Amino acid sequence: MIRIEDVTKRFPGGQEALRGLTLSVDRGEMVFITGHSGAGKSTLLRLIALIDRPTSGQVIVDGQNTARVSRRKIPAYRRQLGMVFQDHKLLYDRPVFDNVALPLIISGIGYRDAGRRVRAALDQVGLLNKEKRHPETLSAGEQQRVGIARAIVSRPKLLIADEPTGNLDPDLSLEVMRIFRRFNEVGVTLLIASHDLALIDQLGCRRIPLENGALQVEKDRDEVSDYFEGAGAHSPEDRWR
Amino acid sequence: MAVSKTSEPIPAGRPAGPVSAWFLCHVNTSVDALGRLARQPFASLMILLVIAVTLALPAAMYLVIKNAQSIGSNWENALDFSIYLKSDVTLEDATRLAGLIRQRADVAQVTLISAQDALDEFKSASGFGAALDHLKTNPLPHTLVVRPSGANTEQSMILLHEEVGNLPEADLVQVDTEWVQRFHAILDILRRAIAIGAVLLGVAIVVIIGNTIRLDIQNRRDEIEVTKLIGASNAFVRRPFLYSGLWYGLGGGLLALALVRYGLYALEQPVRRLAGLYNSAFSVLELNLSESLLITGTGVLLGLAGSWLAAARHMRRIEPR
Ligand SMILES: Nc1ncnc2c1ncn2[C@@H]1O[C@H](COP(=O)(O)OP(=O)(O)O)[C@@H](O)[C@H]1O
Ligand SMILES: [Mg+2]
Repeated sequence: MIRIEDVTKRFPGGQEALRGLTLSVDRGEMVFITGHSGAGKSTLLRLIALIDRPTSGQVIVDGQNTARVSRRKIPAYRRQLGMVFQDHKLLYDRPVFDNVALPLIISGIGYRDAGRRVRAALDQVGLLNKEKRHPETLSAGEQQRVGIARAIVSRPKLLIADEPTGNLDPDLSLEVMRIFRRFNEVGVTLLIASHDLALIDQLGCRRIPLENGALQVEKDRDEVSDYFEGAGAHSPEDRWR
Repeated sequence: MAVSKTSEPIPAGRPAGPVSAWFLCHVNTSVDALGRLARQPFASLMILLVIAVTLALPAAMYLVIKNAQSIGSNWENALDFSIYLKSDVTLEDATRLAGLIRQRADVAQVTLISAQDALDEFKSASGFGAALDHLKTNPLPHTLVVRPSGANTEQSMILLHEEVGNLPEADLVQVDTEWVQRFHAILDILRRAIAIGAVLLGVAIVVIIGNTIRLDIQNRRDEIEVTKLIGASNAFVRRPFLYSGLWYGLGGGLLALALVRYGLYALEQPVRRLAGLYNSAFSVLELNLSESLLITGTGVLLGLAGSWLAAARHMRRIEPR
């Protein structure tokens, strides 16, 4: 689904956010990109969403080489992705329903069909009864779930999320992750950036640890795992199931 | 957890007919844009007023000229001119000459005023009757008063004057109505000046609306960014702003018509009184339907142009970061 080949991203100031990164995510996988702040997680997701272009290397998403997607084609390209952001990026001047319907409206889907799909998406994140509310009247966790409903309403094959639980307390984080997990079960590929290692360990998904814009050496990953397994009050399975 | 256990897949949704969906989308966007203007009634009204005044100004000037012209066209008889015949031309010759000139296509009517008639009238009108009785001979010539036909142009009038002036019997052709031509020439200049002014005011409207839309775009920068982030094209994010421009233009145009109408209403009484003093049946000409449509349509086009320029210039630069 995603192939990152020898990708380097250098910013005008000279900072290298990614250095020769190579990785791939299979169709139907749910993968976490981990790493400290500044490791390059957001930069990677931005390249996939074509918010930015790599300095060198190739980013191939669902068989499409993003280098060949012209500026004019970027909107259509983005419409086949679902994106979830740490700060939700909701539109606060309109109710939940309109926020979730936005991708459908952009795609030119009629309001009547949009209505059914919006409700189905809200149902999946458990906000069916909140469609008329305004986002600012919702809790952070609910707002994030609105953002997720918006990301999945057009049924993307790939969903990318940058620190989707960054602002949420552990219980809400777990709730969000369970929603992601259910999408994954119906075939959606997910790539999630997060530094919440404890949470990720509970899910038992593959992790791609980044450090200074490159893959972290495998040894460190084990150390981290060991640390959490040793210190964990309950096993991942306890929390998840 | 509120997540429902029966996670049914999201229905694919049969897309509505592409045209009707497209149409509905436009209707929705335009209504949205209108609602947005209505939510800031004071600011919107100010802008509408500025646009309306700017449109009403040239429209009102145009109406003044149109009315002046219609008054001027009632002065056709003022284009009459007189041919003073040489003093040795007999009354018979003068009568024959009058008949000849009357046959010309560019002449509607010729009236002969004999020297005697002229003298009589002068005597009675001037009050010098008794003094003039002492004259042995009549110093006045026979005179032909010519009314040109309505089809004459400025050029053919000059030709007519020249041709009758060159007749051997003619002594002098007196056109005492040159001011009518001057009047029409002044109207022509004014009309052109208004056209130039209207173009400048049109540019002003484009700038006003463009600037309003630019501020609007800046205020909604986050929204534009987010919308682009989830896959909106430039055309999609531009659309509501184009509709705002359209509403501003349409509203301004209609308000301009109302302003002109009110101006005419305010002038109606004094004009009627003045016309009464002149014993004239003159009534003020208003904007007709096509002129009203032109003003409204111009407002709409200028509104679209202003918002298009602003959107083209500022929208492209707003990209998700
Ligand atoms: N626009 C930018 N200009 C310059 N440097 C940047 C820019 N964006 C990110 N960086 C740098 O790139 C590195 C990776 O950033 P980022 O991908 O945001 O990390 P993460 O999301 O893992 O915290 C950081 O050192 C950051 O300072
Ligand atoms: Mg980040």
